[in-house]
Amino acid sequence: MSAAAAAEPEALFRYVLRLGDLSLVLGQRLGEWVGHAPALEEDLGLANIALDLIGQARLLLSYAGEIEARGRSEDDLAYLREPGEYLNAVLAEQPNGDFGQTIVRQVLIDAFQLELYERLSASTDLRLAAIAAKSVKETRYHLRYSASWLVRLGDGTEQSRTLAQSALERLWPYTVELFAEDDLDRAMADRHVAPPLAAVHAAWSTRLDDILAQATLARPGDHPHAWHGKRGQHSEHLGYILAEMQHLQRTYPGARW
Amino acid sequence: MNLSALTDHGAAPGEDPVALAWRALETVEDPELPALKIVDLGLIRFVRPRADGRLEIGLSPTYVGCPATEVIHRAVQQALCSARIGDAVVTTVLSPPWSSDWITDAGRQQLRMCGIVPPERTVANLRDIVRADRPPACPRCQSAATECISEFGSTPCKALHRCRACLEPFEYFKCI
Repeated sequence: MSAAAAAEPEALFRYVLRLGDLSLVLGQRLGEWVGHAPALEEDLGLANIALDLIGQARLLLSYAGEIEARGRSEDDLAYLREPGEYLNAVLAEQPNGDFGQTIVRQVLIDAFQLELYERLSASTDLRLAAIAAKSVKETRYHLRYSASWLVRLGDGTEQSRTLAQSALERLWPYTVELFAEDDLDRAMADRHVAPPLAAVHAAWSTRLDDILAQATLARPGDHPHAWHGKRGQHSEHLGYILAEMQHLQRTYPGARW
Repeated sequence: MNLSALTDHGAAPGEDPVALAWRALETVEDPELPALKIVDLGLIRFVRPRADGRLEIGLSPTYVGCPATEVIHRAVQQALCSARIGDAVVTTVLSPPWSSDWITDAGRQQLRMCGIVPPERTVANLRDIVRADRPPACPRCQSAATECISEFGSTPCKALHRCRACLEPFEYFKCI
């Protein structure tokens, strides 16, 4: 365990939950596509990304439980927290919509996680650094998949282009929260546990410009937007996601495979 | 299972328990690719004695969400029990992360024999993620005219490709 964790376990706990919950909620959302994707290859692709994300969430939530030191396991944290205790940015919980909307959401978050994990690999918190270094390799494949689809949709037919652009307009405002630095983000950056979000934002923005140019899609304007999923204030969608995900453990407490 | 009972029948005095453990580990196959040994996949990071006399095995997952990881974990413990190594500890090693570069030549040969193209490039070349890899040659007809159908195949570690010459689909072990 690093010195940072020893100094401020409550802050580190919440920071690690933010990362883990983002992966868990997005993974659960992608899982909804299984059996419903437009083609078998996309069914496999989305399920594989979901699996990687849930694998990341398991590592992060296990670590969060250890930092908290109240005996909560990864499963306790995933299955027994209320929506208000989830700390993911609300972008992850936005509905799948059509395939184009799922792909837009995926590009936005894949690029964020890629830039974040690359920098987190150098964290002073060695456990977090190890998880990030492992996850960044998988995230490169996620972005290669989602970005290449966005290029095909944007630079595709009139319909695919219209749907991709409207999904981009709809989801873009939620990206503001990913980079809105609050006291917790600053505390982590000050201790070199996490990178400054401004650096992540700049790199993300450049990458998005490149992908959107290839996809011939227009980048929407940035407007102030007040979402606070990172503080536990969610859109109406998270409750439904958790109701489905937690149903078994809530109905049969302690049930095991 | 009472593991301590097994130590009574463990390695003969003088026999190196680390070498014995490596021999046992060499029998463990990947559950998704049964022709392939996990040692050839580069999943075993170390075998070393701990201060308390037990052996510690370092095991790396290929992908964090790969369902085979837990099966492999159990298979390793099973193999050590069968070899009467005694009460060994299996530790998950995340850092440095597993790389497809660590697949041995024997492992690459096995992949080829299964019709799976082994990873050709090293991870150092993967910075540019938006541009795809140079397409691998078809494992059946060796044509270079192949295309990627999907970055994700039947398991997390493989991508789906198709040969435009012989029209056969094939799998490519991803470079990570």
